Amino acid sequence: MNNLSVENLIGIKDLNREDIELIFTMADSFKEIINRPIKKVPSLRDITIANLFFENSTRTRISFELAQKRLSADVINFSASASSVKKGETLIDTVNNILAMKVDMVVMRHPNPGAAKFLSERVPAKIINAGDGTHEHPTQALLDAFSIREKLGSVEGKKVVIVGDILHSRVALSNIYCLQKLGAEVMVCGPTTLIPKFIHLLGVRAEHNLQKALEWCDVANVLRIQLERQEIKYFPSLREYAMLFGINKSILESLDKEIVVMHPGPINRGVEITSDVADGKQAIILDQVENGVAIRMAVTYLLAGKIER
Amino acid sequence: MEKQVILNEQQFNLTLKRLSHQLIENHNDFSDTVLIGLQPRGIHVLTYLKAFLEETLQQEIRCGILDITFYRDDFRRREKPLIPSVTNIDFSIEKKRVVLIDDVLYTGRTIRSGLDALLAFGRPSGVELLVLIDRRFRRELPIQADYIGKAVDTLTQERVSVEWQETEGLNQVTLFTPKEAHE
Repeated sequence: MNNLSVENLIGIKDLNREDIELIFTMADSFKEIINRPIKKVPSLRDITIANLFFENSTRTRISFELAQKRLSADVINFSASASSVKKGETLIDTVNNILAMKVDMVVMRHPNPGAAKFLSERVPAKIINAGDGTHEHPTQALLDAFSIREKLGSVEGKKVVIVGDILHSRVALSNIYCLQKLGAEVMVCGPTTLIPKFIHLLGVRAEHNLQKALEWCDVANVLRIQLERQEIKYFPSLREYAMLFGINKSILESLDKEIVVMHPGPINRGVEITSDVADGKQAIILDQVENGVAIRMAVTYLLAGKIER
Repeated sequence: MEKQVILNEQQFNLTLKRLSHQLIENHNDFSDTVLIGLQPRGIHVLTYLKAFLEETLQQEIRCGILDITFYRDDFRRREKPLIPSVTNIDFSIEKKRVVLIDDVLYTGRTIRSGLDALLAFGRPSGVELLVLIDRRFRRELPIQADYIGKAVDTLTQERVSVEWQETEGLNQVTLFTPKEAHE
């Protein structure tokens, strides 16, 4: 098998199908390792990784850090709220200062779309995008597709609906690229105001009726309403949103099949998904979290393999 | 390229049988012993030994397979990514006598990685090494085998190929010598 076709992981858009399948093959092995009594391998013991989080994150940051530690890499963490960014330092300066301390790889989350690409063109370290504004969140899409593959056997030919705030969602965009590259059909569902106007140019169908969308799909990936990115009101109230687009037990039971329910977290219980569904047997939300570590180990391992000494 | 058969099919099977008897001499009833084959090619040696031992002792022998990819010391020194194989050790090796099994012992680096990988599954009371072919004098690490099918003296340019009925259609070991090696 060939190596990854990219030098950095900026977005799923840059990957080809072989890359994604290579990442999955590696993730299968890492999943076995993280279920061993000693969950650690020494592969990256000479690699130092900086995690730069300019935006809040719990799951992704912990997942990356755990993945790096399971591979024996040295890890330094940085969050914008406790740093010199507040004193007016630019992104390039911050990163160059960190690289001067001999860091091999940077995992970055940033509120501006394109920040990871910008960085990858200017610093010599390997860059992994852990979410750049409303652009992409590649490792989330990989772990979502990996979880579908694990649950349903393959992604090819499956019908996946992404429900919710598509307009502000980097998870949606990365998922659309990833699922399509693996041969799945993708539909988005949400209020008209939260569906991008030209989404059909990506080969994605848009549906505004949740019932119809769920009847069509094999998998529903439910997104959080990102109130922090919404400067204006996109819908009248959370209560109305929950009534029209919230996944609850009665709508799942009205279908003549059992669909898989996913959520990238964090969950707003009672808004986009009710507790009985989130904790029910059709949901694979916690499997997604476990797979996240394996996927991030795979991506880190493969990119680290391209570092020249 | 000159080709020389070191072990033909008959010698090959005899050698494996002898190794299984040597194991019985040292491990009696195998109550505390487990066999671990190294991926990928040590698995074939393991399969034959397990069959011979079970036939002789009339009992099940506990076996596991171990992949060493993530423990190698040549990561990032290769063009292509190292793709791992399956690891399957569904028992604890704590306080067990482990026999590590591979097809060819050469530089010793694979076994070094194997020991490292093995210890992630517990602390065995002891570890022994069994190999079908020992290429002497080319060791890069201080590692020796306890059970040896056949020791051969080879030049660095030479290549030893172990073929298996399951994958290549015939059990045999061949030594390939490039012409210029004699000059």
